[in-house]
Amino acid sequence: MRIGLFIPCYIDAFFPKVGIATLELLERFGYDVTYPRDQTCCGQPMANSGFNAECAATEALFVRNFSGFDYVVAPSGSCVHHVRDNFDAIEQTDEVRAVRARTYEIVEFLHDIVKPEAFPWAKFPHRVGLHNSCGTLRRLRHAKASELREPFFSKPLDLLSKVEGIEFVTPARPDECCGFGGTFSVFEERVSSKMGYDKVSDHAKAGAEYIVSADTSCLMHQQGCAERIGVPIKFIHIAQILNGASA
Amino acid sequence: MSSEPIPPKGISTPETAQVRASEDGEVIYRHGQRLDHAEAASKPLRSAPEKQPRGARIRGNRPIDQAEAAARFIAAPEHEEMHDARLWDLRHKRDREMQVIPEWETLRALASAIKEHTLTHLDEYLEQFEAHAQGNGVHVHWARDAAEHNRIVHGILRDHGARSLIKSKSMLTEECGMRHYMASVGIEVIETDLGERIQQLDNEDPSHVVVPAVHKLRTDVAEVFAKTIGTDPDNSDVHYLAESQREATRPLILDADAGMTGCNFAVADTGTVTVCTNEGNADLSANVPKLHIASIGIEKIIPRLEHLAVFVRLLSRSALGSPITQYTSHFRGPREGGEMHFVLVDNGRSARLGMEEFWTSLKCIRCGACMNTCPVYRRSGGLSYGATYSGPIGIIIDPTFNARKYSNLPFASTLNGSCTNVCPVKINIHEQIYAWRRELVKQHEVPFVKKVAMKAAGEVLSRPAVYRAAVATANAAIDHLPRFVIYNGLNAWGKHREVPNPPDQSFHSWYQQNRGEKP
Repeated sequence: MRIGLFIPCYIDAFFPKVGIATLELLERFGYDVTYPRDQTCCGQPMANSGFNAECAATEALFVRNFSGFDYVVAPSGSCVHHVRDNFDAIEQTDEVRAVRARTYEIVEFLHDIVKPEAFPWAKFPHRVGLHNSCGTLRRLRHAKASELREPFFSKPLDLLSKVEGIEFVTPARPDECCGFGGTFSVFEERVSSKMGYDKVSDHAKAGAEYIVSADTSCLMHQQGCAERIGVPIKFIHIAQILNGASA
Repeated sequence: MSSEPIPPKGISTPETAQVRASEDGEVIYRHGQRLDHAEAASKPLRSAPEKQPRGARIRGNRPIDQAEAAARFIAAPEHEEMHDARLWDLRHKRDREMQVIPEWETLRALASAIKEHTLTHLDEYLEQFEAHAQGNGVHVHWARDAAEHNRIVHGILRDHGARSLIKSKSMLTEECGMRHYMASVGIEVIETDLGERIQQLDNEDPSHVVVPAVHKLRTDVAEVFAKTIGTDPDNSDVHYLAESQREATRPLILDADAGMTGCNFAVADTGTVTVCTNEGNADLSANVPKLHIASIGIEKIIPRLEHLAVFVRLLSRSALGSPITQYTSHFRGPREGGEMHFVLVDNGRSARLGMEEFWTSLKCIRCGACMNTCPVYRRSGGLSYGATYSGPIGIIIDPTFNARKYSNLPFASTLNGSCTNVCPVKINIHEQIYAWRRELVKQHEVPFVKKVAMKAAGEVLSRPAVYRAAVATANAAIDHLPRFVIYNGLNAWGKHREVPNPPDQSFHSWYQQNRGEKP
């Protein structure tokens, strides 16, 4: 099975460890993983701001890079949401539709396709608060959202529970958006940062040493907020824990 | 409880961080104000109540700057924290009520389907409603827009020689600017909903569709009442304030010439109107004077009485987390010697019904659940939107009234989607917010600087070589620039957040080094 690894721009530039963990994790399960060198972005920053025409060339490039793989896997829920649900600036050919349908976020790929019994290499003896980003929670449906009356389920918790030593804490508002919101974080920076302060404080009050998430963009924002107001909490992507990061 | 005012040791919020000893240990700062040592030790840190932050600045037709007003709201931490906690509490109670109803999701689906059916047969049901209401002895009027609504109401009042009008809360009359209009023609309007009355006395619009004064602290209310009805400015006891208001308003209600209500549901099959309140003030407004006028948005129609059961079960649970409103009043026809008038108002609704991406916003039953759950609304205050409707539902309705003036509002959202999940009639609110952004860009109603930035981003991100160079430069820049260059007023990210530390190498170059043999 050939997997195309999609590493979004901000992970490439600022959080290479998240990309490396995702790659190594997929390789551990025996997949043939390739990172197409000419990839850049999925187009989401422009599309979320309403500039759909401006992301046509970026979307076309994405399809050129990822056409022909059995799956495209990325460690970023919001980017996968864009590709799967909103990627319509270009003509919807069979090729485009195939790439869109085969694009998975790493948690759902592991949970729904790989279905691992265990992560024997992973140990994480820490108290963690899980941050389900809004893109993974309410669009990709990683877990039950608190607003809906439905049975409990959580793909990230299913996976993380298989990691030795891990302990979970629950903040008072587990589903509350952290305020990143893509370009919202700069165009409405004050509300965005206040939401971030509240989010990291909520996790810290619950006793979390780490905030873990499938969305590095939320973590980047939360980390910036925590550092600014002096909340002593660390941030880690779920792929890093599953790949055996020790701390 | 979800919101704990005092953070545990070792955790500082921006607010507590402001109460701290400076380096010499002698001076204390709070909210940016220096307090000398003796004053800080002998008095409460704050002697005067925090001033209420006001809403968005309205400058004619120019785009409302929601972000600016929201920043001022956050700069008043007592208001912002109270507002966030109070509305989150409503959301919390809503969740609790939802858990009590096993068929909750079925009810939402039913409500949505009933609205969908009605809106797609609106002409038939409106005519049915009119005929049945007339059969009950009610006068029915049709208003194309806000101005016609106000003229019709004024005409009815003039015919009866009425000089004063008591009314219950109605977002439609807010939308029509009726209070201002009536003031201009010399008719005294008295709001009977407590929150709405507070807002009227403060000459401020409601900030929320259900709890109009939710952004005010009781000290703000004490200040308003002291100025307007003569209460003790230093007494902010809520019982005292409520009782004083009751004493001041009751005589006005008893003497009023005419009464007005809004409408939550208009039943086509019976020609009746249902109004839901918690204070019983709609009943006072409708029943004390002999003349009752109800203003009704044409989207309020439901086909039959049995459908009401679905909506009544959803409305107050979604709005306030209570099983039902204290009063659910049904108005059928005039009492003996009295008159009842229904004014059916379009005011842009027919046009909205024709908007392919946005027509389902007409399903809204004005419960406010989307506002209570919205993390942006809770931290901004409803008045920051500078529009009749605020929060998520406002963001998707307001631009239908004026795309230019409200062009910034669809950007006041993180697109988190919680609004869609709580909506009792299943409006895809966050998807419509996204669609409005596209629509406004198409109509060129976005700032030039954003256009330039997005066009540039599109250029860079579609050219791998240019992009690769940009990533390398960004890292190098952050690594080498002094702090004041990164953290200045021009870098919105860095105003209230740290910029991530650049790693030694990008993923791309790591991959090249470690998996270089791969294609």
